[in-house]
Amino acid sequence: MADSQQDCQGRRRFLARLSVALGSLATALIALPVIGFLLAPLFESIARKWRPVGALQDFENGQTVAVKFEDASPVPWAGVTGQTAAWLRREPNGEFVAFAINCTHLGCPVRWVEAAELFMCPCHGGVYNRDGTVAAGPPPRPLVRYPVRVSDGQVEILAGPTPIT
Amino acid sequence: MRFLKKAWEWFDARTDASKVVGPLMRHPVPPGGRYSGWMYIFGSATLFAFLIQVFTGIALATAYVSSAGQAFESLQWITNEAFLGRVLRGMHYFGASAMVLLVGIHMIRTFLTGSYKFPRELNWVVGVLLLGLTVLMGFTGQLLRWDQNGVWSTIVAAEQAGRVPIVGPWLARFIMGGQTVGGATLSRFFAYHVFFIPAIIFAMVGLHLVLVLRHGISEKPSASRPVDSKTYRAWYEDMLKREGVPFWPDAAWRDVVFGFLVVASVIFLAWRVGPPALTTPPDPTIIQAYPRPDWYLLWYFAVLAQMPPTAENFVIIGAPLLAGVCLLILPLIFSTGQRAPSRRPWAVASIALIVVMVGTLWIQGERSPWSPDFDPRPLPASVVQAATPEIAGGARFFETKGCQYCHAISGSGGQRGPDLTTVGDRLSPQLITLRILNGGHNMPPFASTLKPDEVTALVAFLQSRKTPP
Repeated sequence: MADSQQDCQGRRRFLARLSVALGSLATALIALPVIGFLLAPLFESIARKWRPVGALQDFENGQTVAVKFEDASPVPWAGVTGQTAAWLRREPNGEFVAFAINCTHLGCPVRWVEAAELFMCPCHGGVYNRDGTVAAGPPPRPLVRYPVRVSDGQVEILAGPTPIT
Repeated sequence: MRFLKKAWEWFDARTDASKVVGPLMRHPVPPGGRYSGWMYIFGSATLFAFLIQVFTGIALATAYVSSAGQAFESLQWITNEAFLGRVLRGMHYFGASAMVLLVGIHMIRTFLTGSYKFPRELNWVVGVLLLGLTVLMGFTGQLLRWDQNGVWSTIVAAEQAGRVPIVGPWLARFIMGGQTVGGATLSRFFAYHVFFIPAIIFAMVGLHLVLVLRHGISEKPSASRPVDSKTYRAWYEDMLKREGVPFWPDAAWRDVVFGFLVVASVIFLAWRVGPPALTTPPDPTIIQAYPRPDWYLLWYFAVLAQMPPTAENFVIIGAPLLAGVCLLILPLIFSTGQRAPSRRPWAVASIALIVVMVGTLWIQGERSPWSPDFDPRPLPASVVQAATPEIAGGARFFETKGCQYCHAISGSGGQRGPDLTTVGDRLSPQLITLRILNGGHNMPPFASTLKPDEVTALVAFLQSRKTPP
């Protein structure tokens, strides 16, 4: 009788452990692909693509203008959010500089104030000089620059990730 | 009627519903005084507000398209064309506002009456987690409007997450659902707002209610009866036996009355005021954007604008973490002792301090004096009072060279820099010239952008700004 009870308890212990182990395994099997899918964007390689923003003759020396171009990694259903923008400045010597529109403080879109030759942020009052250096306010560093090139008469910007400063 | 009664009896005989729910509804609770009984209504009112969110959210989800390219248009259709769509969106917005407000009041009440003390410590911890989840729901919901404000608020959130040491860039990418704010971002926020966070809230609310039933509703605090963990349970059980009243309907009627007022207020505001206006489409190339959070986070918006740069990372990352940890460990440190507010002056003072601080920051966030005014009113001739052509020219430069974005004169212009209505009284022409050319005190230098004659005219104009004799 005692042996039988001991066998029974041993069997119960085994079945309990088996159930817990199989339940845990099943949970892990479900969770792994879910977590992998959700975390996938963290492990994708950084996408950078040259995007045309206009013909060379469209940009005057000494002018800073907003240019629009396609994001470096748009998804098919992105709609207008697949577009992005930059401030493109053509220096008096003809060279190009492209600034991200994101304030380095917290990412709000900075505006170019032509008359004062300053970039100003509407959110927390960051101010940048025309070369992107910080003139006033809370931004910790200058505006992020994108590489620019001229290819076949087209000005192109190397689009990349949203700058996280 | 007889048919319904029979149907209920048939159902009850097979489910024992009345045997399960009945005792729960009639469980004894401390008697509520004429006034003190009303202090318990805020928890249930928060739950009513959450239920408004669930029902209106489900209805909105039947028409909302969680695609970055179409979400804005679908919301416009819901607001402007769908039958009762505007009211439904308004209810969802004011329901969220009510939930944030009520969960805050509920926590303040619980803190002031020491109801978080033994044996209800875990209830407080679950409540703190529910507060965090409520704020998360508010923030993700604001982004689902997917107008320009929503898009830029996502970037601001990603930037803040990016400040976290080591894992910051990964967190930012997780928030954006990729390397940029785009198609994947909205789909993810929709899933967080509609599935992930509500599922956790349901589980937490369930646990909160189970714990309320397990430990009972805290009785009105008394200065002569501090909490002793060795004797409290026995005393509480005894008190319930002596004085307890059934929750339904003796106590529940107050919850129902106040809950009804909350629901009626939300519907009234949704009907009269309507939902928050959708701004421009979510096109990241429209640079004329001014992202601001909804009212309940405006105080934090003010914090971000006014903190010194050296303290920024601590405030963005450390302060919420510290506040969360303090709230979570509060009942573990002060689990016994006095509950009466009259014997806990520090508790009362800390709540008063928090309310004043958040209130002041909220007003500052609403005014946002640090933001440039990109569309100031032109200075009227009566204000300029140009005695010379040079002063008239200076006034023109003041408007066109961007000075007015940050400085106001007689109420026209930004508040970022000092008001210059009477600057001629306090600064000499030399000092005005020096300040314009060199900047300083958070003002950029204009030496390289202004011509000498423009500076001269500006100085003449500003020097003429004096208190009228």
